[in-house]
Amino acid sequence: MPDASKIMISIQQVGKTYNKGKVQALSNINLEVAKGELFGLIGPDGAGKTTLFRILATLLQPDSGTATVNGNDVVRDYKAIRSTIGYMPGKFSLYQDLTILENLEFYAAVFGTTIAENYEQIKPIYSQIEPFKHRRAGQLSGGMKQKLALSCALVHKPELLLLDEPTTGVDPVSRQEFWEMLQLLKESGLTIVVSTPYMDEARLCDRIALIQKGNILSINTPQGITDSYAENLYAVRSDEMYRLINDLRTLTGVSTCYAFGEYAHVAEHTAIGLKKEDIQAFLLKKEHKNIEINRTPATIEDCFIALMKE
Amino acid sequence: MSKKTIITTQNLTRTFGAFTAVDAISFEVYEGEIFGFLGANGAGKTTAMKMLSGLLSPSSGEATVVGCDVYKQAEAIKRQIGYMSQRFSLYEDLTVDENIQLFGSIYGVKKKELADKTEILLDQLEFKDQRKTLVGALPLGWKQKLSFSVAMIHEPRLVFLDEPTGGVDPITRRQFWEMIYAASAKGATIFVTTHYMDEAEYCNRVSIMVDGKIAALDTPKNLKKQFNASDMNDVFLKLASTSKIRAI
Repeated sequence: MPDASKIMISIQQVGKTYNKGKVQALSNINLEVAKGELFGLIGPDGAGKTTLFRILATLLQPDSGTATVNGNDVVRDYKAIRSTIGYMPGKFSLYQDLTILENLEFYAAVFGTTIAENYEQIKPIYSQIEPFKHRRAGQLSGGMKQKLALSCALVHKPELLLLDEPTTGVDPVSRQEFWEMLQLLKESGLTIVVSTPYMDEARLCDRIALIQKGNILSINTPQGITDSYAENLYAVRSDEMYRLINDLRTLTGVSTCYAFGEYAHVAEHTAIGLKKEDIQAFLLKKEHKNIEINRTPATIEDCFIALMKE
Repeated sequence: MSKKTIITTQNLTRTFGAFTAVDAISFEVYEGEIFGFLGANGAGKTTAMKMLSGLLSPSSGEATVVGCDVYKQAEAIKRQIGYMSQRFSLYEDLTVDENIQLFGSIYGVKKKELADKTEILLDQLEFKDQRKTLVGALPLGWKQKLSFSVAMIHEPRLVFLDEPTGGVDPITRRQFWEMIYAASAKGATIFVTTHYMDEAEYCNRVSIMVDGKIAALDTPKNLKKQFNASDMNDVFLKLASTSKIRAI
């Protein structure tokens, strides 16, 4: 356990339900984020990521448990927290009929500051859209909107940045650019918590929490998570992918088989000890053509699938 | 795979004022294939899809979809295709059952046939216990699977899927693709957009739009070879970086 002065976020036994207790959004979440960390909340829609962000942003109170941001309690000290965090909600929530500059000035004014005062903080991102500062937010491309939203979240020089699914629905090029921006911000010392349903983005974080249906499945470094994958994993392909997957699922010893790009990932119960040769023989018997079988390291998505099955 | 075409376009173009969203695209989609329609945000995918599904009239060029002309027979196209939008398109305040009945009726499926199909559909989705559940209360992945089944209820020869798996968990995302495979195996043509590049690998052929044009079209294998790329993500990044309007 690192000492308290190095902790940015501490969440203990936090639970939250909606709809008079019918929907369990979060159940007994425990989580710590150190100062300067780039921390990822990785999970699909409905995992509870947004609820967790809203609790940290003091927009929602937990039903149970406690959470602190930089030592301040999210319920008791909410005012102190609000001035020290930058929150970018999942839905674009800037003023569409204000220009880039007007939006930014507004956000600065709300926090009692000015663009000039914190220009250095926003410069790496804002400078990219500054040539268009008189354009209305509603007329910007997706990538520019994102840069504006990030600039607005940074303009009061927060210590903690909360980014709720900034890359959902965004194409691979814009996603890559966005993560490059996050690396720049991390280097400036900012603590960042970012959520994403794209599992390939997990490896860009210092540590991640895999989250599903209000429960944390695992917290570790991306490497730590993939290293702890317990089964043997094979990447298999043949000319008929769909039939291949269905056939492999019937093979004794195979625990799961799912498509991963051009290969099917076959997870195997280590207790049974299925060999590459066994899979080969099985597929030949099923008359598959151009069979390729290799041992493969687990990806975050393999780990997520394995944890979901538990 | 037969090489009968189900979509043919010739210099299909759509402008909005001075902006050319779709710029003289010419391509074919074959009957029964899974066709991946990729491109960066703003490359023109949605505009092209709207024209092909009879929702938007082209500015110029030609296109034939399920044997119908997009200018003169837009209504006939709409009746013969299935469409699933990226935003969930069922009614959240109706039950699973009610949504199936509603869309089945809209597509003119006969009452007796619809009743039989509903049972099969609920069985396949393992939704039998959920038939009286409001759709709004279902997890996203379930909604998307239901939405796909509803889009296929009238057994269209061609179905358009606009980012069907965004935000869906890893297992459900793959189950969704297995539904696509199954529909394709039965002869349906699937026209699908996605931002998950691993899913591009599951398509028979893939096109990538850049700045309103189709910059590449081939099997995933050939595209990787052509662009000397290790995977489809790499192909996409190489192509999208050639965009001129994507200055920032």
